[in-house]
Amino acid sequence: MVQAQETVVLRGHIIDSLILAKVLDTILMMGGTFDLQDVSIGKTRQEASRANILIQASSPQLLAEILQAIQPHGAAVELERDCRCEAAPADGVFPEQFYATTHLPTQVRLQGQWIDVERIEMDLGIVVDTDRVGARALPMGEVKRGDLIVSGRTGVRVSPLQRPQERDVFSFMESQVSAERPHGHIIADVAKRMQVLRDRHRTGLPDCKVLLAGGPAIIHAGGREALTWLIDAGFIQVLFCGNALAAHDMEAELYGTSLGYGLSAGRAVPHGHEHHLRTINRIRAIGSIVAAVKSGVIKQGIMAACVQRGVQVVMAGTIRDDGPLPEVITDSIAAQAAMRAAIPGVGLALLIASTLHSVATGNLLPATIPTVCVDVNPAVPTKLADRGSFQAVGLVMDAASFLRDLARELGWRG
Amino acid sequence: MSRLLVCPPDYFRIDYEINPWMHRSNVVNPDQAVLQWHRLMQVLEEELGVVLERMKPVAGLPDLVFTANAGVVVGRRAVPSRFRYPERQREEAHFEGWFHDHGYEVVTLDEGMYFEGAGDLLGFPNCWFGGYRQRSDIRAFPILSEIYGKEILPLELMDSRFYHLDTCFCPLSGGDLLYYPPAFDRYGQAAIMERIGPKQRLPVLEHEALKFACNAVCVGKRVILPAGCPDTMALLESRGYQPYPVPLDEFMKSGGSAKCLTLALD
Repeated sequence: MVQAQETVVLRGHIIDSLILAKVLDTILMMGGTFDLQDVSIGKTRQEASRANILIQASSPQLLAEILQAIQPHGAAVELERDCRCEAAPADGVFPEQFYATTHLPTQVRLQGQWIDVERIEMDLGIVVDTDRVGARALPMGEVKRGDLIVSGRTGVRVSPLQRPQERDVFSFMESQVSAERPHGHIIADVAKRMQVLRDRHRTGLPDCKVLLAGGPAIIHAGGREALTWLIDAGFIQVLFCGNALAAHDMEAELYGTSLGYGLSAGRAVPHGHEHHLRTINRIRAIGSIVAAVKSGVIKQGIMAACVQRGVQVVMAGTIRDDGPLPEVITDSIAAQAAMRAAIPGVGLALLIASTLHSVATGNLLPATIPTVCVDVNPAVPTKLADRGSFQAVGLVMDAASFLRDLARELGWRG
Repeated sequence: MSRLLVCPPDYFRIDYEINPWMHRSNVVNPDQAVLQWHRLMQVLEEELGVVLERMKPVAGLPDLVFTANAGVVVGRRAVPSRFRYPERQREEAHFEGWFHDHGYEVVTLDEGMYFEGAGDLLGFPNCWFGGYRQRSDIRAFPILSEIYGKEILPLELMDSRFYHLDTCFCPLSGGDLLYYPPAFDRYGQAAIMERIGPKQRLPVLEHEALKFACNAVCVGKRVILPAGCPDTMALLESRGYQPYPVPLDEFMKSGGSAKCLTLALD
């Protein structure tokens, strides 16, 4: 567990003299870890090199000991300066030189103190509150004229991701995207995490929620029962989805079909294509999914389980939506804000069978949240990783198979 | 023709103890010291053909005789030393004054940026090495590198008996290196081996290293070293060097020998 960190600068002919190697070895031998940042190597033998080294240690005392040990080798603590702030010129507009965030843990230096940036997320700005010496990540659309926005890179430091203490699939921190790799151990590791998180969540510990973002293929492929069981058994606390997942889930409940296909017989039923429209219409008539469940119209399935178990559901609309269902948020910025508001407290994210929802959710997640992306199409986990969510473990497999295997690992007998 | 800065040992004695060799109880024989110093000068002038610049000794500054620590001089540019110990800091003004008086462009380091001159900065035409940890501060080397436009590889000095780089490391003409490897850690030894080929490394044995065999002055193929180092002399001869042993044991009482008593001026 990292308790203390400091950035030092080492300059001179540090490569061929092995001074850099000596300093890095010393840090490791003393029990610290390091991240090499901004290494510039001299282009000629005469030209000096320079390395910025972020040192992390489990205690301030260990950090002090490490700093003392490497100081004689020229590793000097970098002169620290407060971050520079500029007032936003207008509502919804950052200052020209605004600092753009990553989704890694970030600190800014304010009034001589390094403070954590709250609600970190990629591709946002940082707004500071000088009164209470606080800082948080802020979407461009939410900035108000005059807000103090961190500008430039001075006084901002980003910490690399720590290797989790658990020795499981997440500790490798590399996206595994291949249909040819065995899945069993990944699913077993995810199940183990979910078991632990549920137990902790029940005792009221923070950051133990499991978020599932899913697409309608979960229903088409036959994963509905397994997901319903996972929700019923208390393994999922937050659900992100679109109109379709909910519509097909309730279509299955009302008509036994998913997009017109009989779920048990596997055949298109006469006029089955109308079923999802009639389902949506029915729920709209009732007024809400919650009311439909509470009135007993919808008794079983994913949405019913969510309502019954108090799962927080955020439904984001798209242009293709029929209806949509009453709870669907059709303003995409409002939907993004609602999803963002549901992220705090999440300790594991499962992104299943939906390109749009997976990437959208990935963009909102800090890198510190272990994430699994399951899709039968390898392009989806790849796309997620390419858009910066490098912490996500990619699993190329059918959504229903994944959910069934996962539920069975956790005790489902279906 | 080589020019060396030297300082007669008129006031040389052990007044304080700032390295493991110095013991106030180990009294210097002044007559013997003067004789040894003059013998060294004679060999330098007559055998090696160097030109000597003598600076004026100063009462109360016993170590002014060790001019290797005056600073470092390349071309017409001199960087005077910043001594770590207050006992020798009083020498700084005299060395700096000498450089000024003799028309050198003097570049000074910030106060507190310890750097003990050619005692800790030695090298070959294209690659210099800097000794640090005992006396000089490693942070001085990037600054010196900029001043002189040279690569300087820092080497940590691990053994307090070899407290300056010139006590255990002596670049010879032709790219050979006379040195005592255990004075460096494995990083330093690896860095040296990376730059100096196996055939050009002349490792000195411990018992002669402790007689400061590496504290030698090399001009062309001639090498002056302290007397009593037959193995090192044989090693030098085997590589085509001509060794000139000079008894300098009075100066060893202070932890210095041939190289410490001279500063190369160009």
